[in-house]
Amino acid sequence: MSARWRQLAALAWRDSRTARRRLLLYMSSISLGVAALVAIDSYSANVVRSIRGQSRALLGGDVSLSSRTAFPAPIDSLLDTLARSGIAVGHTTTFTSMALVPRGQTTRLVQVNAVGPDVPFYGSIETDPPGHYAGLQRGHAALVDPSLLTELGAHEGDSVALGSARFEIIGTLRNVPGDIGIASSLGPRVYIAERWVPETKLLVFGSRADYEVLLKIPPALDAAQVIAAHRATLDSAHVRARTVQDTERSLTQGIEQLNRFLGVVALVALLLGGVGVANAIHAYIEEKRDPIAVLRVLGATSRQVLAVYVMEAGALGLFGAVIGVVLGVIAQMELPHVLGGFVPVSVVPRLEPRAILNGIAIGVWVAVVFALLPILGVRTISPLEAIRRDASGAPVRRLLRDVPRLIVLAALAASVVLIAIVRAGTVRRGVWMSAGVAAALALLWLAAVVVSRLTRRLLRERWPFVMRQGLANLYRPANQTQAVMLALGFGAFLISTLYLVQRNVIAGLALSGTETRANLAFFDVQQDQAAGVDSIIRAAHAPVLQQVPIVPMRIASIAARSPGLAPARRTGGRDAGRGRAPGRGSWALRREYRSSYRDTLVASEKLVAGTWFGARPSDALPPVSLESDLASELGVTLGDTITWDVQGVRIPTIVASLRQVTWARFEPNFFVVFPPGPLAGAPQTVVFLTRVADAGARAALQRAVVERAPNVSSIDLALIQRAVGSILDKVAIAIRFMALFSVATGALVLLSAIAASRRQRLREGVLLKTLGATRAQIARIMLSEYAALGVLASATGIVLSLGGAWALTRYLFQSRFSPAALPLGAIALLMIALTAGVGLWSSRDVFAETAMAALRE
Amino acid sequence: MVRIPSRVAGTGDGAPRVAVAVSGGAARAGSPPPRPHAAVAANAIITILHFTSVLMLIVRQLTKSYPSGGQSLTVLHDVTFTVPDGAFVAIVGPSGSGKTTLLGLLAGLDTPTSGAVLLDGVELGALSEDARARLRGEKVGFVFQSFQLIPTLTAAENIAVPLELRGARDAAARARVLLERVGLADRAHHLPAQLSGGEQQRVALARAFANAPRVLFADEPTGNLDSATGERIIALLEELNHEAGTTIILVTHDSALASHARRIIRLSDGAVVDDRELAA
Repeated sequence: MSARWRQLAALAWRDSRTARRRLLLYMSSISLGVAALVAIDSYSANVVRSIRGQSRALLGGDVSLSSRTAFPAPIDSLLDTLARSGIAVGHTTTFTSMALVPRGQTTRLVQVNAVGPDVPFYGSIETDPPGHYAGLQRGHAALVDPSLLTELGAHEGDSVALGSARFEIIGTLRNVPGDIGIASSLGPRVYIAERWVPETKLLVFGSRADYEVLLKIPPALDAAQVIAAHRATLDSAHVRARTVQDTERSLTQGIEQLNRFLGVVALVALLLGGVGVANAIHAYIEEKRDPIAVLRVLGATSRQVLAVYVMEAGALGLFGAVIGVVLGVIAQMELPHVLGGFVPVSVVPRLEPRAILNGIAIGVWVAVVFALLPILGVRTISPLEAIRRDASGAPVRRLLRDVPRLIVLAALAASVVLIAIVRAGTVRRGVWMSAGVAAALALLWLAAVVVSRLTRRLLRERWPFVMRQGLANLYRPANQTQAVMLALGFGAFLISTLYLVQRNVIAGLALSGTETRANLAFFDVQQDQAAGVDSIIRAAHAPVLQQVPIVPMRIASIAARSPGLAPARRTGGRDAGRGRAPGRGSWALRREYRSSYRDTLVASEKLVAGTWFGARPSDALPPVSLESDLASELGVTLGDTITWDVQGVRIPTIVASLRQVTWARFEPNFFVVFPPGPLAGAPQTVVFLTRVADAGARAALQRAVVERAPNVSSIDLALIQRAVGSILDKVAIAIRFMALFSVATGALVLLSAIAASRRQRLREGVLLKTLGATRAQIARIMLSEYAALGVLASATGIVLSLGGAWALTRYLFQSRFSPAALPLGAIALLMIALTAGVGLWSSRDVFAETAMAALRE
Repeated sequence: MVRIPSRVAGTGDGAPRVAVAVSGGAARAGSPPPRPHAAVAANAIITILHFTSVLMLIVRQLTKSYPSGGQSLTVLHDVTFTVPDGAFVAIVGPSGSGKTTLLGLLAGLDTPTSGAVLLDGVELGALSEDARARLRGEKVGFVFQSFQLIPTLTAAENIAVPLELRGARDAAARARVLLERVGLADRAHHLPAQLSGGEQQRVALARAFANAPRVLFADEPTGNLDSATGERIIALLEELNHEAGTTIILVTHDSALASHARRIIRLSDGAVVDDRELAA
């Protein structure tokens, strides 16, 4: 038996002799999908490995306790207790502030990290010059992000002012463990010693700050147990506790999500590559009809012939997959540069055998399963064909009667689901993932069918002959038009969706910056500073567009209008989260709300239920207006009662209206809005919105305000635009990388589709030559065919991307969507040029063949 | 009845008959090479005859060889003959005798190693590949053994192709007229696969005559048909030849088929071994 198989293998090897190089080219359509999978899997394995290796350094200690407000007395005494039991305690306070260099002209919003001695306990902060981190604790010293020096025009040795305190810049930060690179684009970091925080006078009422305590726990104790022992105290003080394992888990989850998302894209590319393989094998089998017939005459059974070609497909698939792995590893080495900004660890690329073996296995499997479809065609080749060319083989069986073909189709579907399950880790997720892939392909397919039907209907007799002839070729029998449209369309879809989303999100920001809208905001203005800030703004001849009061508060309790209707009465604090899945609902109950009061709706909100504040009886509860998503998260409806804890004062309110809020605008928006009365006496801060067109004047105004009121922070719209722009840019690179793989796969599928109809194309080209067609005419026919294919594919992709980008912009980024005709046209043109280029290049033998071939048929 | 348009309708059929004797005699294969002054005289006569448009094809010392395994394989040696306008010539010979190669050279599908072909006074060797293609579109029709219809086009569309390649505006209408002429008006919208062999060859004939060619090359046109259908195709070919005065060059190894022609050129091992007029 094994000798027999060896003979068949030898036969397969010899059989492929004349076509190996060409077949390999087509098999490479599988390579790109494999490359994408291997690159993504290897990279995320690298990241997970790095997170595991660096997780202590990432957290900085064994346990982190954090809170949005200064730790209350019970926590302080808890920390004392812990310290006495041999646990090291280190403090960090993080807040935003304006930084300015006294001799400079500009100010910059920065993120201040005030660190206690010994913090972090694990991992080290690298500085330039090296080793200066310890110097932080010695005096009024600051370490800053290099970008801040550039922005402020400062140098090492200069002093930088934060609030009322001044610090000498002793160096720059090179690497901070656990920091996500892109975070610094919104606010560069400044490290100072924690004991100077009071001196800055920056943390006043209403200031946003994160307070964190790191614990270093002796080996004898278990971190989780330490937390568990004090859970009650921590929860009642709204303190969040995290262990190294928690950090690991949440970071790993993030990278796994990214992996899953990019994995779907890669899988689609791989399946499209499978279509390319099917085309290539189909073409190959067509070429081999005569030799196969001869083999049959010589006594080969159709089973043996089948085996020969399955072996060839398997071997080629293996080769294609190996090439894919090589490409994937190269891409993996590049990914850290691309995604570095998103990942909190420094990733050292190394080979991941699991990802590589997976890639090879999936590649070979997809190649063989897709190849089987056309290979089954060898069963119909009759030995008679060796004698008479026009002898047709066994009649093609109806699909439902053709059991082997049904089995192959089932295997195809099953393998997609199986691959998805293996990748996703759970059956449930795998089924969803394959459903997602199937839905994406089905949608593309549907769009391809609709677009090509429309074109066919639009075809007119009046059009020039070469054009009609070219277009008619798209509908030739056994055409691959839709497969090619699918493959190329997917690439176009990715690219244009990406482009549209990026453009619209940035445009949404820019839009709010035009004309009369605000482009500069001052926040954390204390009540007693309001008049001063107002006069500074007016002195600069800038308008005060809005003056918005902000009152911090928490939910004390919620009661349904009729207790029987809603879930049981809930209270804020730790009990609120219990008994439900710890999700965002509990977070919505526990979080601190920064609410405002006013008597009008602003432009960025829309009333969707209830009535806006009007006259009400004096004895009734004050009304509030909730943002509609928050209301559904809290499970409250109109008429429910919410009691707020405003700096210790309980204020019961009744939900009077729900609003839809467009968040992506440069103006303060609120989850909860009160009418003017009830909060008038509450402690509050004020936000000022103004507009200064000139960048220089904007910088001067910011500086003037900071000098007068050092605790006031300002945000320049240009800053946000820059930050969002740089984040989107980086995301875009990652997705563009995937899109590139898809487009390249599309081009290869096109190549293989052209190869599949090569014989027919050659014959027609030659025939047209004998009938008097010039090479230019033949070129124009082919050009119109491939250009049309490019038009159809890009139309399919772009039409779908309009929908996809609209949904993403509208629902994910909450921004306004407008299609961009010109750039989309450019994307379409590129796709058309690519299609026409690849098409003409791979049809070049149609030119080369002399008309003589028509006689030799 | 619909008349196949023809350029030569009014030029008179008498002149070619004279030319046959002159050119056929001068160029008969196997005769000793003509002496220089005789060759000059023959050329002069040929040129004169050409200007009076009586010679459709002039073949002079045509040789074709292919490189084969480092050596050169000669498939045609020094073939010389002329074909007057309106003639019906069969080229016969066994398999491998060079028939198809000769046909390819006559129609400008291929270029000779040496020698020349003049088609309706135009020397093919002086033309580029595209110019030859244009000349074919204008003056040459083809019928093949395997029909060679474009499978994606209907019968009517197939016939329209040569017209459309030349940019004819009324291509569709003319295609319908031609279809009617070959008796397939009701099959206009059928694809080749939906037609029988005989029907396909009739469509091919209609296509060959679409541009009112001066010369029609038929390569084993009945080879894939049963004898009765083949007879009908030949009859149609003769009819068309008669109506339009089109010169017909028929390549076949079937002597029964060749007997329809009025002259038979016999090839063997790449050389003309016999060239004779048949009695009417």
